Amino acid sequence: MRAFEYVVAASSAAARTLAREVDGARFYAGGTTLVDLMKADVERPRRVIDISRLPLAAIEQRGDVVRIGALARNSDVAYDARIVLHFPAVSEALLSGASGQIRNAATIGGNLLQRTRCSYFRETRWRCNKREPGSGCDALDGFNRGHAVLGTSDSCIASYPGDLAVALCALSARVVVEGNDGERTIALDDLYVLPGEHPERETTLGPGELITAVELRAERLHERSHYLKIRDRASFEFALVSVACAVELDGKNIAQARLALGGVGTVPWRAREAEAALTGAPPGEAAFRRAAETALTGARTRAHNAYKVELAQRAIVRALRSVCGTGA
Amino acid sequence: MPTTERPAAPAQPAVQLTLRLNGREATFAVEPDVTLLDLLRERAGLTGSKKGCDRGQCGACTVLVNGRRTLSCLALALAHAGDAITTIEGLAAGSELHPVQAAFVEHDAFQCGFCTPGQILSAVGAIAEGHARTGDEIREAMSGNLCRCGAYPNIVAAIAAVQRAR
Repeated sequence: MRAFEYVVAASSAAARTLAREVDGARFYAGGTTLVDLMKADVERPRRVIDISRLPLAAIEQRGDVVRIGALARNSDVAYDARIVLHFPAVSEALLSGASGQIRNAATIGGNLLQRTRCSYFRETRWRCNKREPGSGCDALDGFNRGHAVLGTSDSCIASYPGDLAVALCALSARVVVEGNDGERTIALDDLYVLPGEHPERETTLGPGELITAVELRAERLHERSHYLKIRDRASFEFALVSVACAVELDGKNIAQARLALGGVGTVPWRAREAEAALTGAPPGEAAFRRAAETALTGARTRAHNAYKVELAQRAIVRALRSVCGTGA
Repeated sequence: MPTTERPAAPAQPAVQLTLRLNGREATFAVEPDVTLLDLLRERAGLTGSKKGCDRGQCGACTVLVNGRRTLSCLALALAHAGDAITTIEGLAAGSELHPVQAAFVEHDAFQCGFCTPGQILSAVGAIAEGHARTGDEIREAMSGNLCRCGAYPNIVAAIAAVQRAR
């Protein structure tokens, strides 16, 4: 690990000031991503700002909005009775990620900002446009079995690795960001940016901006939600493909549907056209398969990840069957 | 954000850190880049917590922080001022083994022993979390602890026995 300055922030405003003062500052919450990548020499912060003691860990319900503090631990959120009841996909996503020890340390805000697991990003001897802008991408023609097929560019095919953000994306979560001009709330969708020619830029957060909370709306649609994760091992492994979905049934048809994919996109991937394909249709194989094909329409595959298209389609069908109660 | 070359920060001198280590208050002079694991092993002389991968993948460094299991290799020591840390050295009550320690002996839940302190503290944490009630739950709860000797069946049996006795 390279030398760095460690400072404890007394308030979120102080944390943001400390971050703006230095080029290359990082917030420290749970440490599970940051310390790992500092050991890998991928993250080289000059200043580490400890925000872990700030009072941002509460989970509160006001009316039909559940607000999860950015410093709430993954395990606390996963087992919170309100989250389990109103947003089962969020609880399932959190419990499918990492290990018990890591879930006790990792925070909600940090989880959203975790970095890709692309091995060419995580090892400094390879070329990576995300790590060293303009250096090239060794994943394009390398071993890219784990890489994205949606939202890719000629500069980057690294997949977004998280589970939580995929579930939050499907459930139209909003992210509360504290910045220089006060607080702003953005759709989770608008937090992430496609790699394009600048994969080093992953979010719309500005210098010194801090995620302080995530908000979810409790409604019938979100109660009937599910997260399905497909991976190489049964536990403690990142997704090859994952599906977050929610449906509201009205009599015999699907009144509303939400669908987001993980493991296949460079960002958490909301499949809006597939949602539209489900709306008004009777829940069943025909509608599920049509939605699945729609969701993967724009897929661009490389040498080793073409299997993800079929795998994602099957996972979508299975997740929809499960959430609609038409068989697992 | 890119990993651009910047001049490294000047090394920051050690600062005083006080925490509760196995029930006793302890103070150390600690630099920012010292992990909780390195503090335990190299400053406090508590070498029971093991450095396996040092990257959060093997679980050998598992300790309890304020009663909750966590990975000491992925935590900066300075971020734990005032916290209560329990390592394998502090788990027994005097000469009486903790029930999980006793169960690991009873069920022969280890071979080489390197992963064992982490396995035991992870098991203590998992049982306290209340999600280690069945074999499947135990296997899922313990997935963050690797055992290269493959003692898994006996580890699961040991934890299940502690669960049954509760």
